[in-house]
Amino acid sequence: MQRRWSDRRIKSVALQTVFLAAVVGLTAYAIDNIADNLRARGVGSGFDFLDATAGFKIGFLLIEYSELSSYGRAFVVGVLNTLLVSAIGIVLATALGFAIGLARLSSNWLVARLAGAYVEILRNLPLLLQIFFWYFAVLRALPGPRQSLELGGLGFLNNRGLYLTTPVPGEGGMLVLGAFVVVLVAGLVWWRRVRASGGNAPVGWYVAAAVVVVPVAVAFLAGFSMTWDRPALRGFNLAGGTALTPELIALVLSLSTYTAAFIAENVRGGVLAVARGQSEAAAALGLSRGQALRYVVVPQALRVILPPLASQFLNLTKNSSLAAAIAYPDLISVFAGTVLNQTGQAIEVIALVMAVYLTVSLTISAAVNLYNRRVTRA
Amino acid sequence: MIWVRKNLFSTPLNALFTVLSLTLIALMVPPALDWAVFEATWSGSNRQACAGRDGACWVFVKARFGTFMYGFYPDPERWRVDLAAIVGVALAAALIVPGTPRKGLIATAFVVVYPVLTYFLLLGGIFGLVPVETAKWGGLMLTLVVAAVGMAGSLPVGILLALGRRSSMPVVRGLCIAFIELWRGVPLITVLFMASVMLPLFLPGATDLDKLARALIGVTLFTGAYMAEVIRGGLQAVPRGQYEAAAALGLGYWSMMILIILPQALRAVVPGIVNTFIALLKDTTLVLVIGLLDLLGMIHAALADPNWLGFAAEGYVFAGVVFWVLCFGLSRLSLRIEAKVNADRRR
Repeated sequence: MQRRWSDRRIKSVALQTVFLAAVVGLTAYAIDNIADNLRARGVGSGFDFLDATAGFKIGFLLIEYSELSSYGRAFVVGVLNTLLVSAIGIVLATALGFAIGLARLSSNWLVARLAGAYVEILRNLPLLLQIFFWYFAVLRALPGPRQSLELGGLGFLNNRGLYLTTPVPGEGGMLVLGAFVVVLVAGLVWWRRVRASGGNAPVGWYVAAAVVVVPVAVAFLAGFSMTWDRPALRGFNLAGGTALTPELIALVLSLSTYTAAFIAENVRGGVLAVARGQSEAAAALGLSRGQALRYVVVPQALRVILPPLASQFLNLTKNSSLAAAIAYPDLISVFAGTVLNQTGQAIEVIALVMAVYLTVSLTISAAVNLYNRRVTRA
Repeated sequence: MIWVRKNLFSTPLNALFTVLSLTLIALMVPPALDWAVFEATWSGSNRQACAGRDGACWVFVKARFGTFMYGFYPDPERWRVDLAAIVGVALAAALIVPGTPRKGLIATAFVVVYPVLTYFLLLGGIFGLVPVETAKWGGLMLTLVVAAVGMAGSLPVGILLALGRRSSMPVVRGLCIAFIELWRGVPLITVLFMASVMLPLFLPGATDLDKLARALIGVTLFTGAYMAEVIRGGLQAVPRGQYEAAAALGLGYWSMMILIILPQALRAVVPGIVNTFIALLKDTTLVLVIGLLDLLGMIHAALADPNWLGFAAEGYVFAGVVFWVLCFGLSRLSLRIEAKVNADRRR
């Protein structure tokens, strides 16, 4: 018995050693080849290139950047653009997904069927196809700046993008903003304390009212003025306001509608997983259908919905890399595209890109796990 | 009438929703039908045929149908693609339809003989077939080749990774976990970039690997990592007693896995496997970023033709219909298999 046990142990150790040796050997071989190949092509190594001048333009910026900026700066621009698209997409997809998932469970036959059709159509079409459709067949096919579609004072839409009218705070703007933040924070603290002590006063409504009323009052007292920055035709294009490029709109639109179809299925599954007896018990207690949904079904369904929801958020973030196909300057298109082509430093570039996506993945899972723990504990 | 009252107008709010839905349908469906059917142009051979009509110009799709299906595969050789497709569909159908005799034989033919046959049929250069290099492959044919190779390759890769991840040997387990999480953590587009830019760097200087082959390796490993997680779920669902019983019979590791555990594990996760296949089929469109022209890529390229500018909607709607039929079909198939597996389990 003793001997057999050690036999197996020796076998296992030997097997693992061989396996490890094979992996290490292959990796070493690959690295050796890479070094040879890169030397043959005259490509440098190390991360020094991040300080070199980039020398190319980027079409959509959240921070300052010019041709004279460094590759490192271009990297940051790419990361921020990726995060922007992912964040907007996640918010929109979650809202739309919950609405459609609940609509699929509606007792209204027509609403349920419409939501079902939405899910079946959207999730069985490749995302890239949807991005191309919105970008090339819809947004780029819009009339030019001179025949812009007017969106009732909100802004203009044409084949160069969406131009939104933007409020510009005048004097006292900071004061109003400050009042808004203070009231919001104080209100949330109060709301949590009341909830924690088990009271059910309509605190939420008080807070909502205060958040609106107090800043308006401050604005009056401080003599606050606000102007609107309206886009207007100047030369061949619109100027002023906030301009969103068609690439950004197409990407956000397709990412959120596509992911919403999957989130809707998760939501439906989660709600169906809550035992029927729960909603019957809620009805027996005299709760209305809405109250039953809000206080009984959804809190329990959330526990089932959250883990797959997290992976949908991850999918959306990873799918935002399809931006490269319509030249929205996200991390992939700026860094793994242009920078890689210019410097040739494939290893460093790909390693940085992978590091960013892995960091985002881990952050999202951590955030959802944290929320999950709170939901499960409650 | 009772049905309408109960299902559409049970409460005022419900009635409001019904009216809103009807408005939505009325706003969207008639114009869409007008565009796609009633006002559309179906006959002709050039864009002049569509002049002056408001609807879709299907002439564009008709004129380019050959390249959409076969890419630049030479015209006289296209029967080879058709033959491969027909044999594949026939074998798959024989396997799916219940009650076909000799399923074991058919399955072996499908898994072993058919891939080899298709490989030589499509590539040529043997039995007097004209060689057709992969650079000429394209359209729906390329989409299906990438998807089929990815499906066939990702299953064994996924099984090995899943077994490795559940292995009792820490080194094997650690390496498998690292491999799986690394691939799952990055977008497919990075993997394809890597396959097209970095794979040649990994190999000795003179090696020249076909572009399609590089993409296939990337797609297979990427899908394999996802497949591994699906199969791991199945392995976990097999009761402990099965492992213990197999060990008590004196079976070694591989005979235990192949004879006892894997058949049960794979069976339990058929829907998950098919869902991974559907995701793969949709993801094949990404090969266009490294310059391979699949169905979507071919349509995209055709839209840049100066003779056919401005027909983006027609092209994408056509691609959409093809992809939708394929993916929806697969998802229905998955539901059927799931129902069958459940029925067997209940028995």
